[in-house]
Amino acid sequence: MSAALHAVSPPSAPVKSGPGLRLTLALFLTPVVLWLGLLIVLPHLDLLIMSFRMDPAFGDEGWSLENYHQFFAEPIYWLTFVRTAGYSVLVTLLTFVVSLPVAFYVTKVVERNTSRFLLTMLLLPFWVSELVRVYGWMILLRESGVLNHWLTALGITARPVEMLYNDATMIMGLVYTSMLFMVVPLVSVLESLDDSLIEAACDLGAGPWTIMRTIVVPHCMPGIVSGGIVVFMLTLGNYLTPNLMGGKNSLWFTEQIYNQFIASFNWNQGAAFGFLLLALSSCIIWLGLRLTGQKLSRVVQ
Amino acid sequence: MIRSLPRSRGYTMGYGLYVTLYFIFLFAPLAVTCVLAFNNSQFPSLPWKGFTLDWFLADLPARTGIFHDRGNLSSIFTSAQTAILVSVLATLVGTCAAFLFEQEEFPLKGALYFLMLAPLVVPGVILGISILIAATTAGTFMEDVLGIDVGILRPGFWLVVLGQFSFITTFVTLVVSARLKKFDRTLEEAALNLGATRLEVIRYITLPFLRTAIIGAGAVAFLMSFENFNTTLFLVGSEPTLPINLYLQVRDGSTPVINAISFLLIVGTSLVACVNLYAGRRTEVSS
Amino acid sequence: MPTDISPVASSDASPIGSPSASADLSVTRLVKRFEKFTAVNDVSFEVEQGKFFSILGPSGCGKTTLLRMIAGFESPDSGVIAIRGRDMAGIAPNRRPVNLIFQHLALFPMMSVAENVAFGLKRRGMAGGEITRRVQDVLERVGLPGYGGKMPAQLSGGQKQRVAIARCLVLEPAVLLLDEPLGALDLKLREQMKVELKTLQAEVGTTFVYITHDQSEALVMSDHVAVMNAGRFEQVDTPRNLYRRPASAFVAGFVGETNVWSGTLEEATGDAGLVRTDEGTVFRARVPAGLAKGARVDMFIRPEAVLIDPDGASCATDGPPDGATGDGAGDGGDAPLPVRGACANRAQVQVQAILFDGAASRLLTHPEGSRREVMVALPQNRLYDHIKPGDRITVGWDDRAGICFAAGSGQ
Repeated sequence: MSAALHAVSPPSAPVKSGPGLRLTLALFLTPVVLWLGLLIVLPHLDLLIMSFRMDPAFGDEGWSLENYHQFFAEPIYWLTFVRTAGYSVLVTLLTFVVSLPVAFYVTKVVERNTSRFLLTMLLLPFWVSELVRVYGWMILLRESGVLNHWLTALGITARPVEMLYNDATMIMGLVYTSMLFMVVPLVSVLESLDDSLIEAACDLGAGPWTIMRTIVVPHCMPGIVSGGIVVFMLTLGNYLTPNLMGGKNSLWFTEQIYNQFIASFNWNQGAAFGFLLLALSSCIIWLGLRLTGQKLSRVVQ
Repeated sequence: MIRSLPRSRGYTMGYGLYVTLYFIFLFAPLAVTCVLAFNNSQFPSLPWKGFTLDWFLADLPARTGIFHDRGNLSSIFTSAQTAILVSVLATLVGTCAAFLFEQEEFPLKGALYFLMLAPLVVPGVILGISILIAATTAGTFMEDVLGIDVGILRPGFWLVVLGQFSFITTFVTLVVSARLKKFDRTLEEAALNLGATRLEVIRYITLPFLRTAIIGAGAVAFLMSFENFNTTLFLVGSEPTLPINLYLQVRDGSTPVINAISFLLIVGTSLVACVNLYAGRRTEVSS
Repeated sequence: MPTDISPVASSDASPIGSPSASADLSVTRLVKRFEKFTAVNDVSFEVEQGKFFSILGPSGCGKTTLLRMIAGFESPDSGVIAIRGRDMAGIAPNRRPVNLIFQHLALFPMMSVAENVAFGLKRRGMAGGEITRRVQDVLERVGLPGYGGKMPAQLSGGQKQRVAIARCLVLEPAVLLLDEPLGALDLKLREQMKVELKTLQAEVGTTFVYITHDQSEALVMSDHVAVMNAGRFEQVDTPRNLYRRPASAFVAGFVGETNVWSGTLEEATGDAGLVRTDEGTVFRARVPAGLAKGARVDMFIRPEAVLIDPDGASCATDGPPDGATGDGAGDGGDAPLPVRGACANRAQVQVQAILFDGAASRLLTHPEGSRREVMVALPQNRLYDHIKPGDRITVGWDDRAGICFAAGSGQ
């Protein structure tokens, strides 16, 4: 990361001295330090501290690993955790598989004028609230929903089928919610792929699958990683979609956290859960960056 | 394979079909939501019972249109207030951060930059509970030690603003930084050379260059704040924002009023998005 | 030199039409339209095996479209492309026995040099050991032994060029197509690569079809050059003939530097005639058939054909009378080099500026009473060191050095 930052300052930057320059540094630095210190660093430290303390209701004020012990002692907790992690990986993979052909089509296959229009269309739903999109799926898929109405009207099913509240629907909903965060970085790396590389590969005898595997996917790696990280992070931390589309048995780990905070009012336990989720997401992101040799500061751009 | 290569018929048709299905998948829930906002029925479902504007305008015991629905109207108002405040704050601080990371040199810059990126990889729920815990700790401390009751630190409007501000500022920083990277530093040097002070340079040279990026970032910040759910969920007090209010209604059974609100949201955000895209394209062309 | 790179005559080819047996590439009446615009308009040519063939033309003349049709990236609206006698219609680019060197080379940045070169062989399903051997072989041939492990980004411009060529040559194509591959190089390297490409082609014996807008590249390297303009071939000839005997005003103006005088044809007998310029001077020049007396014409004269002080004291008058400096091909229409005493045309000009450029130095002059610019070669043999800007001098050139075309036909 430091390499990326060194590149930021041009060699011809104005001389850094004199009271005027110190003043602007202070002017810019103060709000940023306040923001990051008070709203990012301090709260997360507090989260960590709280997770190592007992619920004051039990009267014990000391340090303890009890909250983490609880997590491993209760299968419902760690099973939900593992399930959430596994499903998030699955959703990330599915999102990539669904999005790559679309991104490729929009940037490389259609005529350039159409490409602009399609890109705008792809981005539009991204601006609409996630709640509205989930609600749309609910009125489409539920027992009294639009899809069931048509299916029974056409005589395909005799009685309406409940299509909501199961894992498959929940996964579909999560993929739907995340797709755009995969499509956008993919489109931007694909736009930087010179068409002549694809033509050269074709000229040298490669078919479409080989070109995808050997040219397109390797070129897109930065976009795939950055899209993957964002999708994974958003899926892992999603609350709405699993809560509204998942069934009673498809509990998401964020719902466990919510239950601890709002229902059980056991903040210490909730803090431990929160910290575990944070650790998991950081680990997987770090692993993803490490495996593909990317840097975070490059990926976010 | 690509537009400049000859393609087989099967490839073109199969690919076209896939992309068409994708777009249907993308727009089906939004389209259904919008259409059912105008269905003359008590429930947001088919069959179609005729066109009505009741779910927007009516003020009857059985049907309360959105324009007479106090609960939802006040949540829209709360959301708008929050979003305006958050976008102004985030734009101010985010622009400062962009200048700081692009143009200043100071010790520990790398570490601070990494911290600035952190909200991108911290799930919103975690951010929400962290800020909730920190605010409560601070509030308890104030009350116990100083004997002052600080209302801001309890779940409610101000905590929501702080929570949303904490991660939306990162997005503003990235958008403004991206534009600032394209700025030709020799223009600043020329201005300094002509006798301007550093602040005058920023005021007359750099800020005008960044204007569209800052406005665009502000619009994105407004939308992100208006629609935020995950972080807000833990910080909200007695005045719910619109997404929270809608969530409670959707969870506990719904009426087509929600479709009407969704319709307005879809139309509104599409308009903002179009304006933003158009403005972005114009700066791209002119730069 | 190992011989496995040089093309082998394919015996399985099914000859169509009447392309000559030794033609590697034969193009017949090719047409390509984009909506209203005709990019390639009825082009026919043949390239014999082992030749270096260039297509020279300004940007937008259709040469890239022509090349992409041969490679298979575009399909012609009508006409036939045959490679080694086999019709290429409907054959996908990845199944054609031609390979293309792209303008910006299109080396795969995510693969090493060896992987780039091996790419095509892998697609043919060749065994790993054989691939390694051939890759090493071809890298040696292009002068990059031991470079297999490097990434393209680590190479210099010239080295990238050679990798791109190796990547294609290893597949032993019948025809190698090159799309202005030297365009991105700086001047010095470009000069060097011209020679290198020419030598390499002679060595491997593969048929090259090279497109460029740079006349020097085309003239230096090619056996034959086609000059293309607005979708058509204006002339296909050897570089020497293109320069000395342009077939059209466009070729005369595009290939090499030239002076243009506009005037009226006063007299035409056979292929010679008299031109009265707009300034009123009368010159003798070659006139192609079909131009009648009174026609508006443009007369083209190369700067090096214009001799300073043709009657001067140092003038040797014992030169051969006519055309003996020709290339010995016996073509009487060839424009001869200027020979003192044979220069029938005379003009008084005023020196405006001396454009010193070593061996390519010239004088910028104006004919008396005119603003027309006339370039005159200034040999650096110390004979003309006395000339200063503002001087009035006499210049002269041979009857056959100037050539006329109908006015405005060069556009």
